[in-house]
Amino acid sequence: MKNFSGKILFLDRSDINTDEIIPAKYLTESSKAALKPYCLEDLALEGFDPKRDVPGAGVIVTRANFGCGSSREHAPWVLECNGINLVIAVNFARIFRQNMFNCGLLAVTLPEAEIDDLFKTFAASGAELTTDLDRQVFTVTGGGVTREYRFDVGDFDLALVRAGGWVAYADRKY
Amino acid sequence: MGRTVAQKIFDAHEVDRPADNVRVLALDRVFCHEITTPIAIDDLVAIGRDRVFDPARIKVVIDHVSPAKDSKTAIQGKTLRDWARRHGIADFFDIGDNGVCHALFPEKGFVRPGFTVIMGDSHTCTHGAFGAFAAGVGTTDLEVGILKGVCAFREPQTIKVVLNGRLRPGVYAKDAILTIIKMLTVNGATDQVIEFAGEAVAALGMDGRMTLCNMAIEAGGTCGICYPDMVTVDYLWEFIRSEYPDKAAALADFSRFLPDADAVYTKVVEIDASAIEPVATVGYKPDQVKPVRELAGTRVDQVYIGSCTNGRIEDLRVAAEVMRNRHIAPTVRCVISPATPLVYRQALEEGLIAVFMAAGCCVTNPTCGACLGMSNGVLAPGEVCASTTNRNFNGRMGRGGMVHLMSPATAAATAVAGTIVNSPFYR
Repeated sequence: MKNFSGKILFLDRSDINTDEIIPAKYLTESSKAALKPYCLEDLALEGFDPKRDVPGAGVIVTRANFGCGSSREHAPWVLECNGINLVIAVNFARIFRQNMFNCGLLAVTLPEAEIDDLFKTFAASGAELTTDLDRQVFTVTGGGVTREYRFDVGDFDLALVRAGGWVAYADRKY
Repeated sequence: MGRTVAQKIFDAHEVDRPADNVRVLALDRVFCHEITTPIAIDDLVAIGRDRVFDPARIKVVIDHVSPAKDSKTAIQGKTLRDWARRHGIADFFDIGDNGVCHALFPEKGFVRPGFTVIMGDSHTCTHGAFGAFAAGVGTTDLEVGILKGVCAFREPQTIKVVLNGRLRPGVYAKDAILTIIKMLTVNGATDQVIEFAGEAVAALGMDGRMTLCNMAIEAGGTCGICYPDMVTVDYLWEFIRSEYPDKAAALADFSRFLPDADAVYTKVVEIDASAIEPVATVGYKPDQVKPVRELAGTRVDQVYIGSCTNGRIEDLRVAAEVMRNRHIAPTVRCVISPATPLVYRQALEEGLIAVFMAAGCCVTNPTCGACLGMSNGVLAPGEVCASTTNRNFNGRMGRGGMVHLMSPATAAATAVAGTIVNSPFYR
């Protein structure tokens, strides 16, 4: 199982699409590793610089409908290449969300009020998040504050994460 | 309790229920192209599973960058080509026979009412126009589909969109779907199937229905679905005539997948089709939609007519009617990409290509190319494109470019005027 803890990268916008996460011009690469330098390259967001902000991040916290648009699994891959195995949002585009779990990565929804709370409490302070998958609890620490957030990942999604992804799961079962 | 179209298709294809709200479905079709399939192929080889579940149910095309533009795209094509040959996949479409996947595969008769279809492409929802459940998936779902012929989905929920009345002259399926996306928003149909019903949908040909379903994903929808009827049967007849004594028998069979009268929907949206006017997008999200008249005068540098949304013969006929005996504005370049070789040939035989060339347009081979900024018409920073495609995301057709999505009629009229304008067919 992968690591689901780390420094939080806050992306304060809804509807961040997969073209913004990894532009189509890089879809000609034949390996996942080759995508690494281009993570979130086309995301125009005030105060965000991918070259500065992506390295060192382990978790993304964002708003609604993250990963909308193209089905490209290059989006989860480019996050994983950069050590980001967990995205927390109000909700996700269906294909992106499925792609994350299919890769053994986590796409977790929290209620809008808790996402607001995360932004308000921690966005300015450079917070760290640790994930307890058994208890389904995130612990976030930053600026002298520590808070817990309960989450709920379905049994099937959890089975995919524990199996290391959908290929390993399906190859055994079907 | 009554069942929706998607629920009936799920019931007929379920092979497993690994959790309460998750169903694993047997797949009738796995479609593949050269952008999202090669990494699945490489992974299957790497894990010692270089097999396919059924070569007859896998259909393959090179379409996104064709001809290859560089070594990297040539390698993607070669990986797909070599794989299709080594597994005896008969329906493999290479340059000369290739076209935009969501236009080519329907044209070949590969999609039937009640089918389950996946592809590593978000616009796979197009095929729901035939009353199928067709969903875009990522490379891992595609990989498992290729290997095992199954895919997992959550229990389907459905929004029903009813287009009452008729579209006015000069108003097309593209205007209808952009209007619907504006109402639903880009997140409004996430995890939902959209059934398109009503008189205006029944009055559309298959080309228009595919335009409608194609953009279900732009509202977040898993699949768009139109109800199979005699229009569907007529379109498919050449492929199914050996299976049914007559068209009525085919329709009766397909009607198994019509929704029950008491089917349960997340919501039902009723729209007066006659109130829809020609529209185009502004900004960087497909739900940012305005009437064309409010954008009148907006200068464009390029017009693009093509793609899985609007590169079919009905689209080219309308565009040619607007351009006949006219020339595009000197400040505009216009790229037209017939979506398949058959569309191209029909356009040639009907004299449409001659109209486009006389008007000063560039007619390219069938390919996805410019729609996603990969080839054949990439924008420079600061340039504006009037486009019949499906996404206006920031940088979609080239970094720093602005895309206005619209119907082929509006795009053709815009090419002639040099600025965004309503087509002469809309009064």
